[in-house]
Parts: sequence; structure tokens; C-alpha cells
Amino acid sequence: MIPVAFLASVMLFLLLKLTPGDPVQVMLGERATAQNYEALRHDLGLDEPYPVQYLRWVGHVLEGDFGKSIRNGGPVKDEVLARLPATIQLGVAALIISIAIALPLGILSAVFRRSPVGFFATAFSQVGVAVPGFFLGLVLIYVFALSLRWFPPGSYTAFADDPGQWLRRLVLPALTLSLFGAATQTRFIRSGLLDTLHQDYIRTARAKGFGEASVILKHALRNALIPSVTLLGLQIGAILEGAFIVETVFAWPGIGRLAVDSLGARDYPIVQTVVLLAVFVFLLANLLVDIAYAYLDPRISYVRSRS
Amino acid sequence: MSAVVAKPRTTVAEATLDEQRRRVGQLWKAGLRYPRLLVFGAVIATLILVGVFAPLIAPYDPLQTAPSQVLTQPSPAHLLGTDNVGRDQFSRVVYGARISLGVAVIAVTIALSFGVCMGLAAGYVGGWTDQVLSRLVDAMLAFPGVLLAIAITSALGPSLRNAMIAVGIIQIPLYFRLARGQVLQVREHEFITAAAVIGASRFRILRRHIMPNIANPLIVAASISSSTSILALAALGFIGIGPQPPDPDWGSMINSASGALGRAPWLSFGPGLAIFLTVFSFSMLGDALRDALDPRLRIT
Repeated sequence: MIPVAFLASVMLFLLLKLTPGDPVQVMLGERATAQNYEALRHDLGLDEPYPVQYLRWVGHVLEGDFGKSIRNGGPVKDEVLARLPATIQLGVAALIISIAIALPLGILSAVFRRSPVGFFATAFSQVGVAVPGFFLGLVLIYVFALSLRWFPPGSYTAFADDPGQWLRRLVLPALTLSLFGAATQTRFIRSGLLDTLHQDYIRTARAKGFGEASVILKHALRNALIPSVTLLGLQIGAILEGAFIVETVFAWPGIGRLAVDSLGARDYPIVQTVVLLAVFVFLLANLLVDIAYAYLDPRISYVRSRS
Repeated sequence: MSAVVAKPRTTVAEATLDEQRRRVGQLWKAGLRYPRLLVFGAVIATLILVGVFAPLIAPYDPLQTAPSQVLTQPSPAHLLGTDNVGRDQFSRVVYGARISLGVAVIAVTIALSFGVCMGLAAGYVGGWTDQVLSRLVDAMLAFPGVLLAIAITSALGPSLRNAMIAVGIIQIPLYFRLARGQVLQVREHEFITAAAVIGASRFRILRRHIMPNIANPLIVAASISSSTSILALAALGFIGIGPQPPDPDWGSMINSASGALGRAPWLSFGPGLAIFLTVFSFSMLGDALRDALDPRLRIT
């Protein structure tokens, strides 16, 4: 993970350097003269070689200094931190909804394979991955907010201010964001369970006289779920990128919307910081998934066995 | 020693042609056995034809604005209504097929050529080459895909061309891992050793002996990553860093439709369904191709 994080940070740094627009020019604006241009360039350390600049940048990031916003000159860190809770709430809600959909649907479709449930689950998992989040979001807003008026069409209320309103505003964006994960997880749970149900120990369990529910839920499901744990890492990645889109559609004040707004305003330090944060969360999630994987399946070991 | 009678040898060109015929025949037979292959293949072919013949199909110029006809309802004259500056939405959706499918082709070409070359090199040469390339790809995989595309596009500057490049780059890891994994498997076979023993060069072994063996999974991947490309491009278009206005791009059309959701809710349906249909067909085609070409990988 460390070399990967290092290389990823180098990539991000180089992308930052490629970004069009000279920050010195932007900061000085009309007041730019050759003299104060060079002075500011020197002050910012932009006249030094890239490796030196890179190390300084990493140093600042590790100290929690992510630079200043071009739009309002405030520290990027404060702006991102202020928006972070909204994204976390949305992401966690989406993750919970997707598991709440995928787990029963996956199990039912594997058990009743050739039934309407099985057909529906397969169709859901195939259609779900092909629907763009922003389109689904607009359809949900139109149907449930503008036509039926069950939910507000967007925006955010803090939980502390009004829990009921918070929940009502959370439902549609969380549902939109959960679709991709729900669809892929359904497929994984279904195929994992179908594989497991052919195993010898399942036959043994049935032969011992366990009820079908106990065989499936206690014996089969545990092993069947292992592949879908790996999927969780990818799913968190999909939620992170989906947040950019879904937050924009629903006017949800999270880091994704902040980044999209900043893209429009060419406020690149904010965009880069949000991407950096997303990469960090994604790497961390995948690390945790690897650890959980080894724990769930003792056959997998990341340490070479001493034999 | 008597003179060896020169046997008529099949030329390389003939052999390749044979190989191609065999492949087409294989696909045709598979089509009969896997109807999904034919159905979704036909949908994709239709979409491509729509893109190619867009000027003949679209009733209006997709860029022609009409201030007197803003946000009109769907009617026989304007099948999907008109957008916020009076352009015919149906014509824009039809022209959008050009952009989306063009991007899919170019992005997949970028990803495939770079990914496969890097993967072949890493898998076949091994050692340091493998280490460096594999770590590089790991670093790319540290970014959630679309976020990397956003970072690349914002660095290169928002435009259709740069969005294509970005969407291509983020899919390099897929092809890299596929090619590398397949090479590692195939190169252990005896026919590879045999080829090396009779003096075939590395390049020849890669091209003539390894490539044909990894072609099938690559075809499957190309279809699936076409669908990913179109989704990613639509996302970039939606947040405004893909194709720039007034280009008729499905993602940016949905973005502008979202502004008029209260007054003209039908506007997003055309481009939305177009994205869905294209993405869905490519991903189903990929599944069907996998079933047909590589039954071992079949997912229940």
C-alpha cells in the first residue's frame, strides 16, 4: 500500500503541475510586473525543481495544509472539512441501502433460481449497472418530488436541526447512489451462493437433517458472502465517484458538489484535495477489505507460509 | 541427398485470412447458440448506423436554435420536444450517438493498445519491467476510475478530445491485467518453449503464439469497457468537463435538461434512455461474447 500511495501521490502532483493556468498570474492578476511575479514565484517555491516541490507538497499535506482556495483565499482544508459530514452521511446511507436490497434479493434469486424472483434479480443486476446516476436522480426527483410530492427535490438539512426533514431529504439521493452497488452486489451474492450450494458440505448439512433455511443462512451464506466482501472496496470507490454526480443533481452540500462547483470556477486546489481525499479513503477501504478477507477466509494468507 | 520438393506453403496473409474466417465462423455459430449475441449485436449495429447516418435521420440541424420554440412539448414536428434554446432534442440525441460511440471506439483503442502492450511486456519480459509497470498500474487503480478521469480532464483542460483521452487512460489497467495474466498462463505452455527453441524472436512469439491465445478475453473486455467508456464520458459531460456546448453530447444534454426539469421533464428522457440503451447493450453483448467465446468464465 505504501508504494502505491507514493506513486498515486506523484501522479496527482504531476496532474496538478499540468493543470492549465499559472497560479502566480492568477494571484497577482492585474498587478503583475516582471519583478513581483518573480518574487511571488520564489516565495511559493515554484522556481524550484519538481522533486523539491513534490517533497514540499507532501510535507504540507502531511501537516494538514492543503493550500488556499483560489476563489476566496480561505484554507482548502476548512472548506473540505465543512462539507465532509454531508458526504459521509450520504455514502453510508447508500451503502446500507445497497446491502439491504442486494442481500435478500441475491439470496432469494439463488434459492429460487428459475422463479420470477430469480428472473427479476438478474434483470435488476443487469439494468442497474447501466443506468447513469444523474438520469436516475432526475427521474426520481420528477416522480417522487415534483409529481407525487413525497420527498423534497433536493438540498440538505442537518440532522441536529430537524431529524425528520434530514431523513426525507436523504432518501432520494441515497437511493440513487445505492443503485450501482445494489446491482453488482446482487449478482455477486447470487453467483457466490449458487457456487456454494453445490459443495459437498452443503449436502452433508442437508443429510444431517438441517432445515433448508438453516442450511442456506448458516452454512452456505457465510462462504458465499466472501466474494462480495471484496466487492465492498470497489463499491466504496463507486460511491465516492457517484457522490460527484448525485450531489450535483440533488444540490447536496458534500465534497463531490464542492469539487464540481470548483471545477466550474477553475478552483483546482479544492478539486485536487477532494480527489486526494477520495484516493485515501479508497485505498484505506481496500486495505480493510483485504484484512477482512483474510480473516473471513483462513485459507488466504498474506504471509508466506513457513513449511 | 535428393532435392527437397518445395511444398506450396500458405503465406502469412493466407493464414491470417483463414484465422479470420475461422473466427467469424466461430462467432456466427455462437450467435445461433446464444441469441443474446445476435440481439445485442444488432442493437449496437443499429446504434452505429444511427451515428453514421445521423444527417439523414435527424430532421433538424442539432445546433440550430429557435428562440420562438423554447422548451416545446413532444409533437410530431419535434418528437422529443425542443431544449432551452429551441434546438430539436430528437436531432441532438441522434447526433449524440456519433459522439458517444466515437468516444467508445477511441477510448477503447487507447486503453487496449497501451494496456495490452504494457501487459504483454510485463508478463513476458518479467523482472524489472514487470515490477515498474505493475506498480504504475496499481497506482492508477488507487483512484476510483471516474475520479481519475476528472483529475486528468481538469489537468488537460475540459474538451471532448481530453475527455476521450482520460476515459481511455483510466481503462488501461483493465487491459494490462488481462494481458499480463494471460501471458503468464500461456507462456508456460510447451509450444512457446518449442517456438523459442526453433529460434523465433520474442516479438514473433508474442505476435504469432501468444496474441491469438489472449484474443478472446480481449474481445469480451473491449465490449464491456465500451459500456464503461460511454458511462464515464456521460458523467464527465454531465459535470461540464466533457464535450463542450453546443456539442450534442448525451451527458451534457441531461445536465441542461436538469435545469428545466419543472417545465420540461421529458427533455432528459431521450438522452437518458440513449445512454442506458447503449451502455446496457454493450455490457450484455460483452456477457454474451464471454459465454460464447470462453465458456469457462461463464457466470451463473
